[in-house]
Amino acid sequence: MNSRRLFYLLPVIVFGVLCAFLLRGLSLDPSTVPTALADKQVPVFDLPPLDSQTKGLASSDLVGEVALVNVFASWCLPCRVEHPFLMELADNGAFALHGVNYKDKPEDARAWLDELGDPFLRIGADQDGRAGIDLGVYGVPETFVIDRAGRIRYKHVGPITQSDLEKYLLPLIRKLSR
Amino acid sequence: MIVEIGHIALIMALIVALVQATIPMIGAARGDGRLMAVASTAAGAQWVFIVIAFLSLMNAYVTSDFSVFNVASNSHSAKPMLYKIAGVWGNHEGSLVLWVLILATFGGAIVLFGGNLPPALRARVLSVQALIAVGFLSFSLFTSNPFERVFPAPLDGNGLNPLLQDPGLAFHPPFLYLGYVGFSVAFAFAIAALIEGRVDAAWARWVRPWTLIAWSFLTIGIALGSWWAYYELGWGGWWYWDPVENASFMPWLAGTALLHSAIVCEKRDALKAWTVLLAIVAFSLSLLGTFLVRSGVLTSVHAFATDPARGVFILGFLIFVVGGSLTLFAVRAPLLKAGGLFAPVSREGGIVLNNLLFSAAAATVLLGTLYPLFIDALGAGKVSVGPPYFNTVFIPLMAPLIVLAGIAPMLAWKRADLTGVIARIKIVAAVTVLVLLWSVYRAWGNAVFGAFGIGLSAWLASSVLFDWAVRIRLFRVSALDSLQRAIRIPRAAYGMSLAHFGVALLVAGVTASSAWRTEAIQVMRQGETISVAGFEFLFHGVVRAEGPNYTADRGHFTVTRAGGLVAELWPENRFYPVQQQPTTEAAIHTTWLSDLYVVVGDPDGQGGWSTRVYYNPLVPWIWLGAMVMALGGAVSLSDRRHRVGAPNRRRRRLMAGEPAAEVAR
Repeated sequence: MNSRRLFYLLPVIVFGVLCAFLLRGLSLDPSTVPTALADKQVPVFDLPPLDSQTKGLASSDLVGEVALVNVFASWCLPCRVEHPFLMELADNGAFALHGVNYKDKPEDARAWLDELGDPFLRIGADQDGRAGIDLGVYGVPETFVIDRAGRIRYKHVGPITQSDLEKYLLPLIRKLSR
Repeated sequence: MIVEIGHIALIMALIVALVQATIPMIGAARGDGRLMAVASTAAGAQWVFIVIAFLSLMNAYVTSDFSVFNVASNSHSAKPMLYKIAGVWGNHEGSLVLWVLILATFGGAIVLFGGNLPPALRARVLSVQALIAVGFLSFSLFTSNPFERVFPAPLDGNGLNPLLQDPGLAFHPPFLYLGYVGFSVAFAFAIAALIEGRVDAAWARWVRPWTLIAWSFLTIGIALGSWWAYYELGWGGWWYWDPVENASFMPWLAGTALLHSAIVCEKRDALKAWTVLLAIVAFSLSLLGTFLVRSGVLTSVHAFATDPARGVFILGFLIFVVGGSLTLFAVRAPLLKAGGLFAPVSREGGIVLNNLLFSAAAATVLLGTLYPLFIDALGAGKVSVGPPYFNTVFIPLMAPLIVLAGIAPMLAWKRADLTGVIARIKIVAAVTVLVLLWSVYRAWGNAVFGAFGIGLSAWLASSVLFDWAVRIRLFRVSALDSLQRAIRIPRAAYGMSLAHFGVALLVAGVTASSAWRTEAIQVMRQGETISVAGFEFLFHGVVRAEGPNYTADRGHFTVTRAGGLVAELWPENRFYPVQQQPTTEAAIHTTWLSDLYVVVGDPDGQGGWSTRVYYNPLVPWIWLGAMVMALGGAVSLSDRRHRVGAPNRRRRRLMAGEPAAEVAR
């Protein structure tokens, strides 16, 4: 009788073990996708300016001060959601905010920046997405935190929210700026 | 305004579902008929509200209302109308609304066709259904609201992923969901039976048609998905053992086992606890699939937006529904009275073996799918499990299953005469050996696997035909007599024969296309010819073409065989500017015995184009087989025993004292 009872209990036990793994699986998958480039030097790139109103972005521009590099595109809807946060971060004195305009038409990107504001010090135009491949861009928007030595310290996938900013980005930037 | 109406309707549906999940359950426990009657009204109201919500979302898509975040993210004004409509379920939020719509439709169908159910059972079944609806409606409203507005509204939308802009894929999700959600009915019946502590032949008779419907839809859904992968991904393959493909395949395997065990439950009053467990497992695997696709736990080409908050919600729901029902099973199932006994060699014995093999297959796929997660969770690194694993473990499980499917239908219930059966299958064995030898000859021994697979297919197909010939006493009695017998065989039996014959077709297609496929990948210039499997492919070059929302490089091939024209093929390499994404459109010429499959790739910059040419023997039989299987399900469903009220009518006539022979007809 007891062993029979055990047989009926078996499915729920198996399911319990499965759930433990699924739960662990969820916490293994935070919004940060581990980048193969973590703590490595930024790959070498030299992107032309978006248009005559901006300066272009090269990997050499990222050495010397803490920088945030935001990969954005005018066709990307989450970027529109994220943009107000970037506007808040602009001209803060603590770090440089740069943009990489990913697979976009320059005139579309210009219209977008004119409408929503331009928070970036430099904007590199990556029309064919080649620099995106070098950087391991996974989807737009993405934001890289780069230290003074030009190493990638953190990559954020998806739009930056207030809590991301307070929990991860600002503490890290503060640490790196010291 | 219409969007807000839809949002309110979805909230109303949630409130109604909450009522439906509680009041009838209390009514059934107290035996209060008025409280139980709430179930039917609520199920109807829930359906109406969800239809309103679904139509208002569809309206937003059709009119390209980009002030709705979901529409702006997934639609575009220049998209053809079919994809504006299909775009509703081409994303996470919208597909959830389709999910609950189908769930509510099944609920409504139980009300409509469940007139002969005992009131308490019906009330409980509808309550359990509503409980599932509460979970999914809350999931939709609280974590994935499809009606969210965006301000300021963008001028145009992001468009639908071009890979999804395809007629095959427009219909793939609805069929798949009809299958997934269809298993919720069997699940609800299982839970209701556990609460009542009673599983009998009548219960199994009510469960079977719902399982058949779900199974048939799921079969079509999976086949459509695989067909799409075949012609859209451009590599000539039709199944990739991708986690999300597996997520749809696991409920199918469990559902197939359930379909068979429910027969034993109905006819022989045995395997009760097992059948109930399978009903729970089939739907649980559907829910698990939902979790895997929407939580971002596994990476897959199918995955929707990855959002851990959604993952936590579904996992919580999964634990509540599956954990709760399995606990209920552990407590209540031992109380179910065991029914009829049977000898190991019998129809029941065959079905038990079928169930063991299907369960093992489902477990194998589950293990392979979640293995990367297990390893990652144990901190042992990141691995991926690919086709080699699945092919190695899956084929040895399927082969005996097909042998079994050839014998089991000939076995008698309760206790069968094995020597008699073996004597009967002599012809079948002879046909199998002949076909096997022929295919070994054709393969020149270079693909024993292929010969083996074709042999299995021939075994199953000839045994289905042989069994039918024996039943109608073909050539033993006059042709007219045989015809009459053929008409009198119940449709359920025809359903089984068709489904098994479909499996034989599928096995032949899978085997031949894997073992004897020929491919050629090369750079070709205009005017060049390549020879594949005896066909000459003349390349005329590539021209630029314009589609409604894409531009394409269109290649042109003329295929000839021994000088005679076979086909003109125009493969395309499309580019969708809105999403900045390319897709390949393979050009396929099918003869039903084989496919000629041509893909044009990128230019090499020196006037040449990379091209891929495939010869896929018997590959159309894969989808033909799946359709025959689903047709078998439909034919079986039309059997009068499954029809509403049929058992009642029969009982009444018996009471009226009509001769039993009349009734049997």
